[in-house]
Amino acid sequence: METWWRALTFTLGYNTSVVTLGAMLLAAGAGMVGTFVLLRKRALVSDAISHATLPGLALAFILVGLTTGDGRYLPALLLGAAASAAIGLWAVQSISDHTRLGEDAAIGAVLSTFFAVGVVLITVIQSMAVVGQSGLTGYLVGATAGMLASEAKLIAACALGLLAAVLVLRRQLLLVCFDADFARTQGLDTGRLDLVLLLLLMAVVVIGLKVTGLILIVALTIIPPVAARFWTDQPMRMVALAALLGALSGYLGVTLSSVREGLPTGPLIVLSAFGLFMVSFLFSPRRGVLASLLAYRRLRRRVHLRQGLLALAREEPIFDDLTLTLLCRRGHIRRDGVATSAGLAAARDADHEERLWALYRERYPDDALHREHAGLVPIHEVLSPDAIMALETQLLGRREVVR
Amino acid sequence: MSEFMMFSLVPLAVAVIISMTCALLGNFLVLRRQSLIGDAISHVALPGIVVSFLLTGVLSSSAMMLGAGVSALVTVVMIELIRRLGRVEASAAMGVVFTSLFALGVLLLEWHGASGVHLDVEHALYGNLESLIWFDGTGPAALFDPVALADLPPQLGRAAWVGLLVVAMLVVLRRHLVLGSFDPEFAASVSARPALVDLLLVTLVAIAAIAAFEAVGSIIVIAMFICPAAAARLMTNRLGRQIAWSQLFAVLSAVLGYLLAGHAPGWLGFEASVSAAGMIASVAGLILLAACLAGPRRRRTGAATSV
Repeated sequence: METWWRALTFTLGYNTSVVTLGAMLLAAGAGMVGTFVLLRKRALVSDAISHATLPGLALAFILVGLTTGDGRYLPALLLGAAASAAIGLWAVQSISDHTRLGEDAAIGAVLSTFFAVGVVLITVIQSMAVVGQSGLTGYLVGATAGMLASEAKLIAACALGLLAAVLVLRRQLLLVCFDADFARTQGLDTGRLDLVLLLLLMAVVVIGLKVTGLILIVALTIIPPVAARFWTDQPMRMVALAALLGALSGYLGVTLSSVREGLPTGPLIVLSAFGLFMVSFLFSPRRGVLASLLAYRRLRRRVHLRQGLLALAREEPIFDDLTLTLLCRRGHIRRDGVATSAGLAAARDADHEERLWALYRERYPDDALHREHAGLVPIHEVLSPDAIMALETQLLGRREVVR
Repeated sequence: MSEFMMFSLVPLAVAVIISMTCALLGNFLVLRRQSLIGDAISHVALPGIVVSFLLTGVLSSSAMMLGAGVSALVTVVMIELIRRLGRVEASAAMGVVFTSLFALGVLLLEWHGASGVHLDVEHALYGNLESLIWFDGTGPAALFDPVALADLPPQLGRAAWVGLLVVAMLVVLRRHLVLGSFDPEFAASVSARPALVDLLLVTLVAIAAIAAFEAVGSIIVIAMFICPAAAARLMTNRLGRQIAWSQLFAVLSAVLGYLLAGHAPGWLGFEASVSAAGMIASVAGLILLAACLAGPRRRRTGAATSV
């Protein structure tokens, strides 16, 4: 517990602090890029990209290992990873563009094939006499424990560059995500921007390899944006929020992993992100489960109350338990089910309102269609006094005709 | 010959059976654009196995299968809940769930890794096809010797059972499955129960993935769900022929991949062999590549082309 607190306050030593900051920057960048990718409805493309890094990683390890004897040279490994990820990306794109296969099949095919080639290469490495083989498996599930400060700095610097790039390009990217046709009329090269977005995503994946490992980096590009979506409807805020949530999960994950020897960083970062997602999923006031549940209950009560009052006005018997309870609690009926005078007045009002709404629906069916639950809201909250007056007059005229 | 019987026959048979089973199901996944459900399920088998190990304390196959099955079910339910209640896009919901569960699996594994558990992430990913040795398989006569047959690695029997189960279920469900794959609305209107069939398909995928997982690792599972079926899709417009092609591709990748893994390094002058599971999946990918470049039905037809 105390170690965790020291890690949280950046007093656990220089290395841990640098790693924490690096992971936070990385996760923030991943959240931002991931938001655009999510809005583009291509969330799982990053899964293909991340698995596609393995053959390049292994090949770079073999080449460096053959020349120097120790394959663990981060820049070379990252370059190799980027190269094979680019090939994988191109493969996904060409399969889904030029064949009848859907993007899901393209993603699955690329991720499994590339990963399989990587696995074959890893078994080749295992039969070679190269130092640092165990370092390579760290790229599968991430390992920040043995990370050098120089490596952490490299990751942090790359992540910072990534953040800057996203900030500069944010408007264009957003336009492409929402309205590619309009973007084209504005003179933007949508194809190229799409490519830029995917290259940014690739950069995130490659930089993140060392931190979360290649299987879990995809989580950082999906979970924070999905969580952010619960809190806002505005895309730019969503981008900012995803970055914030990402950074927060990076912070929590890295600090938690420093609590005990051998706790893996990647999974902890992902699980922190998942925790933040669950909070958003359950408690967001806009789209959260709890909020939806409450809204549903409120609507149900309103419907029951209104129907109960209408039944009172029409002197029909009421059998529904919820309706009776609601009416009784409001003082509209007594315990034995007989209407009070206040209840009768309310019932008359409800009946009148119902007639007004019915007339409104009849006269302006198109407008009525566009109002959610039109009949339930008090009419004076929706229509202007003039409009209500007009309806009242028509209603009165109709009654006289009936008489 | 006896060397082949002892070391290669069982792995080869397991690889062929599992590849064919996965490819068979893959046809429907690819047609329904649900290819990635296989990916998700094979990832979450890891937490299921780890949890079942932590609960039971032993590494028995039945407990592992059960754990993986439960976690597959949990995954599907979670994806649906998040998709419906949170109004999250299906693929994103899938991404949230399977990565988180996989992370949980890795965390639990590493947490208890110190206590000498014979289970690691790499094993789960690459599988261990080469370890399926049939010690009593000393010659062709062993094939008819009940004592020797009893010594067959149990994975072979399980793979065969699962294969038969999948074939039987697909035969029973074929009409509903085909209907739901091509026109879910119509399927619903003639009460072919597309939702139920969906669930059954996912369950079959989970069963196949888990049986395969134990023997060959998750990577081959994902590859076999997608690559042969996708390649077959580029060969023909008829479902029956597509399934036949996918089976052919699956057998081809399993046999070629296994042989290449064992012998290709030798041709290049290396002593050791490479991962058979990885090689099989790589060959499946190569077959798909060939189909993408030259498959007679590779282009989209009928659909509106972009202007």
